Amino acid sequence: MLTNEMKGILSEAAPAGWLMEPQVKKLLGLAGIDVTRFIWTDDVGEATGFASSIGYPVVAKIVSPKVLHKSDIGGVEIGIIDNEGLTRAFEKFRSIDGFAGVLVEETLKGMEIIAGAKMDHQFGPVLLLGTGGTAVDIYKDVALRMMPVRQEDIRSMIAGLKAHPLLTGYRGADPVNMEKLTDLLVRFSGLIMDLGDLITSVDLNPVICSPSRCVVADGRIILKSTARL
Amino acid sequence: MDLLPLFKPKSMAVFGVSPVNERHPANIIYNKNRLQYPAQVFPVNPRGGSFQGETLFSDISEIPGEIDLAVIAIRADLVPEMITRCIEAKVKGAVVISGGFAEAGRRDLQDRITDIAMEAHFPFIGPNCLGIYCPSCVDTFFLANERIVKPGPGNITFISQSGGILVDQMIKFSQERVGLAKAVSIGNKAVIRETDLLRFFMEDPETEVIAFYLEGFGENEGREFVLAAKDCPKPVIVLKSGKSPEAGGAISSHTASLAGDYTTFSSVLSQFGIVEARSHLHMVYYCESLSRYQKPAGKNVAIVTGSGGHGVLAVDVCSNLGLSVPGLSEKAQEELKSKLSPGVKEIASLKNPVDLTGSVIDDDVVETVRYLSKSPEYDSVVILLLPYSPGISMDLGARLSQVYMQEGKPLLAYVPHVEKYGMLIEGFELNGVPVSDTIEGAVFMADALRRHGTC
Repeated sequence: MLTNEMKGILSEAAPAGWLMEPQVKKLLGLAGIDVTRFIWTDDVGEATGFASSIGYPVVAKIVSPKVLHKSDIGGVEIGIIDNEGLTRAFEKFRSIDGFAGVLVEETLKGMEIIAGAKMDHQFGPVLLLGTGGTAVDIYKDVALRMMPVRQEDIRSMIAGLKAHPLLTGYRGADPVNMEKLTDLLVRFSGLIMDLGDLITSVDLNPVICSPSRCVVADGRIILKSTARL
Repeated sequence: MDLLPLFKPKSMAVFGVSPVNERHPANIIYNKNRLQYPAQVFPVNPRGGSFQGETLFSDISEIPGEIDLAVIAIRADLVPEMITRCIEAKVKGAVVISGGFAEAGRRDLQDRITDIAMEAHFPFIGPNCLGIYCPSCVDTFFLANERIVKPGPGNITFISQSGGILVDQMIKFSQERVGLAKAVSIGNKAVIRETDLLRFFMEDPETEVIAFYLEGFGENEGREFVLAAKDCPKPVIVLKSGKSPEAGGAISSHTASLAGDYTTFSSVLSQFGIVEARSHLHMVYYCESLSRYQKPAGKNVAIVTGSGGHGVLAVDVCSNLGLSVPGLSEKAQEELKSKLSPGVKEIASLKNPVDLTGSVIDDDVVETVRYLSKSPEYDSVVILLLPYSPGISMDLGARLSQVYMQEGKPLLAYVPHVEKYGMLIEGFELNGVPVSDTIEGAVFMADALRRHGTC
């Protein structure tokens, strides 16, 4: 069930037709999904204060209703190590069309996956899991299932990926936390079923998986143009 | 809606029979059903008069008694009126052969016949189709019998959006000696759609495998179809055309671009244990295999042959399809070796594939297939037979079929299809073991059993 707070986020995003990253993360957080620790602000002082409190390095990203693909226009800065660097990123982002603040968040390491969903014309809601990051279109390593899914479907999706050995500890690496990953996908698919006809597609990419956590580091939710909120 | 009268009509009315044009589709349909099928057939044409010495009825209401099936092969713009007349005359269902509807830009005309039929719960197949072929019951194909090839009776029902593909598939079924329960060309599927037929044939005692050729589903129709297939105890096979990635315009998310129509289609099918045939050719082998073995099997295949080359080729096909060919343990090799004839045991390669060499005799093959059939390591056994080996007799097909009957493990055979080896092939087929005409086909048949399981 969508809570009133969730509905509030969706109606706030409705005019733009999609949820920007901080809005997505708030919504996911309300659904019990782990997201990066972040702040959304247009105040440099507030941003540097937050960065110092969580510890550098941090990531800074443009927030703009006009920018769907942030990396493509230089709207993402990673590996910022001090206040100065963060201030420079702010200055750069201010000139981007539709500037609506900056998202500053913790830097995480791990295996990058994509979790997504779309409303398919023939089959209705469909869940996607795949090798994530910026090169998803090149790897095309994905598993798809018609929703709703059961836990065993999610397990078979994970097992069906080409990248499965990377998740289970390839060449001496520690395996990612499968319990956390499964839990994230179960919660995500529940949220998608609740959103139902309001959306056309969702990308959570990347979701960063490590031995300790599975955390959504970026996301985008495209609303259906006829969605009534 | 009750579809049974469409497939087992006792009486039929054929609309559009022409007293002057003997090649009119309605004439062909009328003649073949009158001459070769048990239903009582009545010709209908608004002009009335007589036809081949029989009354040509000017209206359906003039025909005495109940009519189970109306076959309508008249101009598209006259079809709504005729469907209304059929409903008034309490006809139980129809096949609308006529084209000239949605496929020709007349969506409005198609919507009209859909609305008329739905309101009256009147089932019809089509429009723009060949309709129904049910061996020894009815045939609404407007193709003269001497022009088409009909497979023998069997337990496969094939449902096709395209009439041409259906007729072609029937030729391929005949060549592979795969038997048909029913064949249905659904054309524009204005009222009766794939899911309706899936539900109907699920309950049809003559059908044990339901196969579809699909071009695509309407909104949410795919969901309805797979949910129905999930509850279907019979294997469902689908061949989908239009696999290339859709143009799709501007795609705003990675998910939308990664989960294209076909990728989604294919993934959802396997999620629900529906067997997807990748091509025309796969369709024939999958039908043949699943018409014999309806239970899913795992991916571990044992291969038995008399030629190393055959074995290696089969392993290549297995690995391309994701099937495993696990080797025999040392102990298993010893056990198997003790069962072989003196001339073979020292030279055979007993790993997997098991190569019994050109010195093989019937007993070696029977013992090997029996041993592998008993082994829990393997889910199916592929036997690649070289009937020209001097020690192989024409009785071997029947003997190996006995092994299948006793052990219950699916056995898939390859034998070159030439008349000379007919008795060997029949020995398998008449005893329930499918035989392919190619090495690849035998492996595809094993793959069908694996795909039948859900992922």
